[in-house]
Amino acid sequence: MFPATRHSLVVQARSSDLQVRKRAYAALTAVYWKPVYKYLRVRWRSSVEDAQDLAQSFFLADSTQRMMTKYEASRARFRTFLRTCLDGFVANERKAAVRIKRGGGAQFLSLELQEVESELQRRGSRDELDLEQYFHREWVRSLFALAVDEFRSQVRGSGKAVAFAIFERYDLGEHGEAQRPTYAELGQQFGIPVSQVTNHLALARRLFREIVLEKLEEITGSEQEFRDEARDLLGIVPR
Amino acid sequence: MTSLSDETIDHLLQVSTLPDLAATKYEVLETLGSGGMGTVFLARDRELQREVALKVVASMAMGPGTIDRLSSEARILAHLEHPGIVPIHDLGRLPDGRLFYVMKRVKGSRLDEHARQLESTADALRLFERICEPVAFAHAGGVIHRDLKPENVMVGPFGEVLVMDWGVARFGLQSADSIELDSGQPEISRQTAAGAILGTPGYMAPEQAGGAADLDERADIYALGAILRFLLTGEAPPIAGEAGGHRAHPPDTRRWSGGIPRPLEAICRKAMAIRPDNRYSSVPEMSAEVARFLTGGRVLAYPESVLERARRFTARHRTAIVLIAVYLAVRLSLILWRRS
Repeated sequence: MFPATRHSLVVQARSSDLQVRKRAYAALTAVYWKPVYKYLRVRWRSSVEDAQDLAQSFFLADSTQRMMTKYEASRARFRTFLRTCLDGFVANERKAAVRIKRGGGAQFLSLELQEVESELQRRGSRDELDLEQYFHREWVRSLFALAVDEFRSQVRGSGKAVAFAIFERYDLGEHGEAQRPTYAELGQQFGIPVSQVTNHLALARRLFREIVLEKLEEITGSEQEFRDEARDLLGIVPR
Repeated sequence: MTSLSDETIDHLLQVSTLPDLAATKYEVLETLGSGGMGTVFLARDRELQREVALKVVASMAMGPGTIDRLSSEARILAHLEHPGIVPIHDLGRLPDGRLFYVMKRVKGSRLDEHARQLESTADALRLFERICEPVAFAHAGGVIHRDLKPENVMVGPFGEVLVMDWGVARFGLQSADSIELDSGQPEISRQTAAGAILGTPGYMAPEQAGGAADLDERADIYALGAILRFLLTGEAPPIAGEAGGHRAHPPDTRRWSGGIPRPLEAICRKAMAIRPDNRYSSVPEMSAEVARFLTGGRVLAYPESVLERARRFTARHRTAIVLIAVYLAVRLSLILWRRS
C-alpha cells in the first residue's frame, strides 16, 4: 500500500477530490511537457505546430486523465506508462485524423517553445536514437531543471546564496570540462579561501540532490519506483 | 525553466553520484561497480600516493542505529589481519551522512574466472587449501563470512588468494545486520533484520536459506563445499529452495559430472550436508581431508572398498612397491640361478 503521507503527484492525480487532482495534474504536466514535446518531435516526427498541438491535447484530454487513474505502480515506472499512453494517444489521433484545437491553458507550450526547439537543434541527427533512452534523458533534463529552479528560489536572499552561486558557476556553467573554473579562481572571484569553495560546493550539491529527491518522490508512482529511480539516477537508496 | 545542456546533465549526474570527498585525503578516479547497497570507486590516497577501493554504503537506506553498528563491526573486521583477507584502511562518513570504507585495491581475477586456467585437479585442490586459510583464521576470531562464493575470492597475479566481501559477515552468534565491504559485484545477497536471509543461492547453507538466526561456521563450510564442487566440476551448485530451508533442499544423490574422484565428491557432499551436524565441524578438518587426498592418504568422509584401498595404497607407495618388487625379483632370480 502506498503511504498516504507521501507527496506523490501521481497518487494525487488519482484523487477523488477534483481540486487536488487538478493541481497534481498541472504539476505533472510541468515536469513532463518538455520530454513529451521533444518525444513527439523525434519519435513521431511531428512538425512544431503538430507537436505543440498534440502535447497540449495529450495533457488536456479526458482520455489521458482517465488513463492516469488506471496507472498501476507495480507494473511499470510512471514515465514508461506515460510514454506508452502518449504513443497510443498519438496513434489514435492520427488514425482518426481529427485534431481538435482546444486552445486555452496552453501557454506553457509557447513560453519556452523556442528554447526547446534550440535544445532539439543541438541534438543533431535523430536517426540513431534509442527512444526509451531519449525519453529518459529528457525526463532527467526536465527533473534537474525543475530542481535547479527550486534550488534557486529557495536560496534567494538566504545565507546559502553564495553556495548556489558557486554551484551555478562551477556545475551549471556552459563551459565544458576544459574551461571549467578552478576552485582557486572561484575563490578569487567570490573572495573566499579555496577550502570554503569546496565547502560551499559540497553543501550546494547536497541541497541539489535533496531537491532532486523531493521532486523525484513527487513524480513517481510508488515507494519502490522512487527508490529504484533514486538508485539509478543518483546511486543512493533513500530512507 | 532552466535550460540544461547534455554536458551539464552529464556533469550533474556525475557530481550528484560521486561521493563528496573534499574533506578527505581521497579522490575518485573511476567507478568500479555498484549494487543495491552502495557503490565501489577506484580512488587515490593523495597522501600515500596509492590507489585504493572506496566503497560508499547507501546508508540512507538504513535505520539510524545501523550506521553505528556497521562502524563498530567494520573496526573489528579491520583487526582481522591476514594476508588472505582484504584489509580495511579507513572508515569515514561523507558530508551527506553516508558511510564509506577504504580497502586495499585488489588486482587479479575472480575465482570463477581464474578456475578456467587451472590445469589439474591438484592445482584446484591446492588453491582451495589457500582459500580455506583466511576463512579458518576468521572463524578462529569468531567471524563468519556467510557469503562465500567464487565471485568473492580473488586470485592475485602470484597465485595469492584474497577472500573479499566480508559484507554480510557476522560475529559469532551476536545479532547483527549486514555490512557491505564488497568489490561492487552485483548483489544477490539481501539484507533485512537480524536472522533474515543473507547470502547467495547455491552457495548458501540450507539453514541460512531458511533464515536461521543461529548460524555458525558450518554455514561457511557448506559454502566451501560448494566452492570445491565448482572448482572440480566447473559448474555452479544447483540452487536450493530459498525459503523452505531443509525441506526445500533436495538431496543430490546422482554422481557429479566431470569424472571427479569419489573421495573428493565425498568431501564436497560431507561439507554440503543438509544438516550442519553432518558437516565437517571446522575448516581445518575439511582442509585436512583435502590434504590427505593430495598426499594419497585416506579420506575419512569416503568409505572405500578393499580394492580401492589397495589401489590407493599402491598409488601412494608406487616407488617403494616397485623397488621392493624389483628387489624381490632380483633375489628370486639369484636363488633360482644358484639352484640351477
